[in-house]
Amino acid sequence: MSAILLQVIVSGLLIGAVYALFSSGLTLIWGMMNVINFAHGDFVMLAMYTAFMVWTAFGGGPAAAVPVAAIILATVGVLSYFLLVRHIMRGPMLAQILGTFGLALLLRYSAFWYFGANFKTLPDNILGAPFVIGSIRIDAPRLLAGAVGLIVTLMLHLLLTRSALGSRMLAVSEDATAAQLMGIRPERMQAVAWALAAGATGIAGALIATFFYTSPTVGETLAIVAFVTVAFGGFGSVPGALVAGLLIGVIEGLSAFLIGPVYKDVVVYLLFVLVLWIRPQGLMGKA
Amino acid sequence: MVRRAFSLAAMLMVIAALSDAVGQQTVKVGAIYPLSGNAASAGNYSKAAIELAVEIVNNDHPELKDLPLAAGSGLPALGGAKIEVIFADNQGTPAAGQNQALRLITEEKVIALIGAYQSGITVTTSAMAERHGVPFITPESVAANLTERGFKWFFRATPVAGDFARSYSDFLKEQKAAGHKVASIAIVNENTEYGNSVASVIRDVFAKDGLNVTQVIPYSANTTDVQPQVLQLKEKNPDVVIFVSYTSDAILYAKTMKDLNWKPAIMIADNAGFNDPSFVSTSGALVEGLVNRSSFAPGKPGTLSALVNDLYKKKTNVDLDDPSARAMQGMLILADAINRAGSTEAAKIQAALRATDLKANQVVTGYNGVKFDEKGQNVLASSLITQMQGGKYVPVWPKDKAAGELKLPYKGW
Repeated sequence: MSAILLQVIVSGLLIGAVYALFSSGLTLIWGMMNVINFAHGDFVMLAMYTAFMVWTAFGGGPAAAVPVAAIILATVGVLSYFLLVRHIMRGPMLAQILGTFGLALLLRYSAFWYFGANFKTLPDNILGAPFVIGSIRIDAPRLLAGAVGLIVTLMLHLLLTRSALGSRMLAVSEDATAAQLMGIRPERMQAVAWALAAGATGIAGALIATFFYTSPTVGETLAIVAFVTVAFGGFGSVPGALVAGLLIGVIEGLSAFLIGPVYKDVVVYLLFVLVLWIRPQGLMGKA
Repeated sequence: MVRRAFSLAAMLMVIAALSDAVGQQTVKVGAIYPLSGNAASAGNYSKAAIELAVEIVNNDHPELKDLPLAAGSGLPALGGAKIEVIFADNQGTPAAGQNQALRLITEEKVIALIGAYQSGITVTTSAMAERHGVPFITPESVAANLTERGFKWFFRATPVAGDFARSYSDFLKEQKAAGHKVASIAIVNENTEYGNSVASVIRDVFAKDGLNVTQVIPYSANTTDVQPQVLQLKEKNPDVVIFVSYTSDAILYAKTMKDLNWKPAIMIADNAGFNDPSFVSTSGALVEGLVNRSSFAPGKPGTLSALVNDLYKKKTNVDLDDPSARAMQGMLILADAINRAGSTEAAKIQAALRATDLKANQVVTGYNGVKFDEKGQNVLASSLITQMQGGKYVPVWPKDKAAGELKLPYKGW
């Protein structure tokens, strides 16, 4: 295999791990409450601006920005739940869809108003030089984002499947009334789910800001990938999002390199439709 | 009764006084630009430039006396009427642009339209203007076919893809003669109207001129990752690369080329995203030596372009960039035509646009003047080659218009 082809695969895996990282929050909300958060991409955008502000105000790198963004976004998540989602959950399906979509537009245009339309980037040497192994180059910000992506996904998965809190959250998602009879407060569990999902999204955004541009509409660009990743991997499945993210990253990279960049979406979406045709619940979703 | 008549008379007097204070009528012009979406940054700088053009026309600016309508307030032939620009957001999509054009024409009753930045959106918005018989001027969209549609109400002030292709070709041939290698040339273009048409015109012109285009990479500008494109370039390793890109993708290319450690000996950018002030501020340090085209250079202090640049800088805190300067020039051309028409009637404005005859010293951009042919193309439009030097674009070619020395090979970061 040529060195360049190997680089294509490595680059694809790195971007794929990042896709997985910013998709896990979306799949978590779906798994816990059967709500699709259309404002997900704009949560990522808010986290990216948070990282940018941490840098301009205190000169802090990702080590400072990641916890700050996680806390701010978790707060935004809890607020979204209590002020909006809790109410629209009682409404018809359409209200749920339009509710979070409205939130997305509110966040996006607030960003236009507050930050302006300019593109912003963090200094490109914020994490130092890339790692070079032979002829393969591994960009440090992407490697960090990818590694954290793996860790966050794994921790979310363990939390949901191996902890008492996870069991309680799952109980609420299976049958809220029965859970309530067992002494679990559904609203509290759902608020925790929003805090976790938005917090994970905050971590993702703060890391993506180290190698991507930040603008008010960046969430739109990223959200499409997140939705495909989640549907591909199975709605509600955190490990599914990880596998799907990596797959999409590598397939995109290889098809763009071998066939041409304009065809990469054709290949990815064709595969996507095929998977949904054979397994409508996604790769690792529950039937 | 007497009292009622008195109060009525008083009211009428107040109304008369008020309308007098408000002043003469206003002339409504619609401007369609990307104010949200991926090109919002560039669109908002263009908006600021158009606002400045209107401000110059509406108020007295004796210091800019060479510029038509700068001295004195408003449009003299319309009794000093002020221009009011109604901005509409094309959201970066041809469909939204078309809807906004319809709204501006039918609801806002604008008498002319200006826009729409992206060539692909100018296609749909100008078609709407054509259908309703409303004059449309594009100051910046360069796709070749825009003026090939037989439209009667369409005018274009900017130089077009063919002009750029010829200057790139002449420039590269001169570099070849000077001993630089230009044996293999790659074109990387975004795949909407703008990128596709510019790429195909460059290929045609280069083929005729014996320049060897060895690789063409079209891609979607709204992408999350450009690593595969850069790796395709790295594999073939061409001597020259020409990028035809919008802002978000331009930023990703600058970053990714550094990450993957690849650069050509000569790197050319076809304006657009690479001239967005937010590209220059975020990525200027990664593309030292990048060759670009421009129709605007601020020039020496005291010149018309430098004075206008000062006004723009006061308003936005950045220097006037090339696409925004062209947008501003478009608005000034339109204002001049409306004034000469002496009327808000569409047909008279169309005739006045057709009769436009501005000299080189009467324009802000570096055009040789403004004069439209029967297709609506400005035949006196021109551009020069600039180079990124120390975070700024400096005119370097042709030599008689150069303000700095061309430095090759491309340095990058």
